[in-house]
Amino acid sequence: MNNPLYPDNNQDKPNKTLMKKKTGGIPVADKGQATLMKNKRLDLSYSQMKWETIFKRILVIMSVILLILVVGILVTLILQSMPSIKALGIGYLWGKVWDPVNNIYGAYPFLMGTLLTSFTALILSIPFSYAISIYLGEYNTKGWLSNLLKNTIELIAAVPSIIYGFWGLFVLVPLVRTFEAKIGVAPYGVGVFSASLVLAVMIIPYAAALGTSLIRMVPSPLKEGAYALGATRFEVIRSVILPYTRSGLFAGILLSLGRALGETMAVTMLIGNTSAVAQTIKDAFFGPGNTMASVIANEFTEADHTVYLSALIELGLVLFFVTVIINLIGKRIITRYTNN
Amino acid sequence: MDARIGVRNTKSIIFKSVIIFLAFVITIPLIIVLLYIIKQGITQVNWHFLTNIPAPVGETGGGISNALLGSFIIVVMASIVAIPVGILAGIYLSENARTRLAYYAGLCVDVLQGVPSIVVGIVVYFWVVKPLGTFSAISGSIALAIMMLPIVIRSTEQTLLLLPSSLKEAALSLGVPYHRVILKVIVPCGFAGILSGIMLSVARIIGETAPLLFTAFGNPYLSTALTKPMETLPHLIFTYATSPYDDWHNLAWGASFILLMFVLLLNIFTKLITRKWNIQL
Repeated sequence: MNNPLYPDNNQDKPNKTLMKKKTGGIPVADKGQATLMKNKRLDLSYSQMKWETIFKRILVIMSVILLILVVGILVTLILQSMPSIKALGIGYLWGKVWDPVNNIYGAYPFLMGTLLTSFTALILSIPFSYAISIYLGEYNTKGWLSNLLKNTIELIAAVPSIIYGFWGLFVLVPLVRTFEAKIGVAPYGVGVFSASLVLAVMIIPYAAALGTSLIRMVPSPLKEGAYALGATRFEVIRSVILPYTRSGLFAGILLSLGRALGETMAVTMLIGNTSAVAQTIKDAFFGPGNTMASVIANEFTEADHTVYLSALIELGLVLFFVTVIINLIGKRIITRYTNN
Repeated sequence: MDARIGVRNTKSIIFKSVIIFLAFVITIPLIIVLLYIIKQGITQVNWHFLTNIPAPVGETGGGISNALLGSFIIVVMASIVAIPVGILAGIYLSENARTRLAYYAGLCVDVLQGVPSIVVGIVVYFWVVKPLGTFSAISGSIALAIMMLPIVIRSTEQTLLLLPSSLKEAALSLGVPYHRVILKVIVPCGFAGILSGIMLSVARIIGETAPLLFTAFGNPYLSTALTKPMETLPHLIFTYATSPYDDWHNLAWGASFILLMFVLLLNIFTKLITRKWNIQL
């Protein structure tokens, strides 16, 4: 009861008697409980004060937990990939052969696979995400059609990636196989191309949602000025809206890229999972491959010795760094953009 | 001169049509996927399917009760961990936006949002699975809780930032202690926003497979033991979809249908709530 904020305990005594009278009127079954209640009223203010500090401390602790969590993730990844960093050195990253049976490890096939799928998907998705941003941000900002389209696009992101993978495996892969047979490449069906197609659809919502809100934020005096000079709608979009939102739209693309790099399940199911490096560009694009995430998903539980497991974790570490940096850059651009 | 204007107007119209075409054409893949899953899955779903465990290869029938129960247990446990931590951290971030700790904590939320789900799986494998010596439901829910945290934190923070500060000031001026102001005034006012954040995060983690591959692992039998491997819906879909048996594919279609319906309903429900309360997330 020695609360430093209330050093003078006696001051509260008159109050106590006042309360006694008040609580006396309340019908209480137990006499002992009644006295308890009287004391409780007095203690309440003290305990409230105590709770206030405790509550504030809990808030701080929760935020510290966040820091610990992120640092913990980083430290765990680094510690667990130490054996492979020591044994394989930096050359691991561009070693072309991945042969765990003979203890040869090289990450090049996976780095290439990840870059190839992600950037193909990104390039395929950009026209669509820009179109959605412009349509919802400029042409049709209100009304049921706009809302319907916006919600539908958001649902694309809501569908679990495993379902895209499953659908892709049974519907898209046969289609791609026929297509590949027609254009004269080996008809695997599964491979980088199929994975990129599905990935492209999956990452559109991230760039589109951001782009829409940014285009809606373009100040109307700018647009009106251009209209007043006789510009058509297309010219306003091209020379006012797009330049104004350029960095924001770029940030949206970075967020999409971050998603694409880390996406695991749909890609694992569709990419074919070979760790061999393709000989020709055509094979690299249409043939089966592997990404960093998919090789971890496939081989992590099978990795039977330290260096093998650790090499996979090192891939995870690289993936972690790349996606986190891309995301942070994207977020930084958005914050700067929305603050101005 | 007139011809020039004509060209420019035509250009504008063509551009608009291209934009509209591209914007709407992207909904087609979604609709195709949805319809296909519904068509394949809805015929599988019946009472037997919901209340039985998967049949061994060669036997027809069987269900996904183990995955339904497993997903439920794991998601509930993840929520129990992530929701209080997420809301409290969100409150801290919105209340102390300018402190150094808030800056770094905010950075951590951004980092957590960007972490690939498979990496979370790896980390939890070393934190929980290895010390315990076995794949377990607990490790799965910890992995999902980590995935859930950033969404809950951000939605709490954003919702609370939208509330007028006069609300808090009025409560404080009445002599209400700080924690009561937050818990009895601020949080209830932003309740719908926080709730929709929680529902979105649940919808997100229930479909996550990658973090569960090395944590909850999967289990063909009905199990409620928290320290044993446990089956989940997305993991069941993954194993059975990549298996070579038609019966198992059918099980996976049915499971996909249920997972998809759950996620979609949760999303639509969240939309309705946010619209009713007029919240921008």
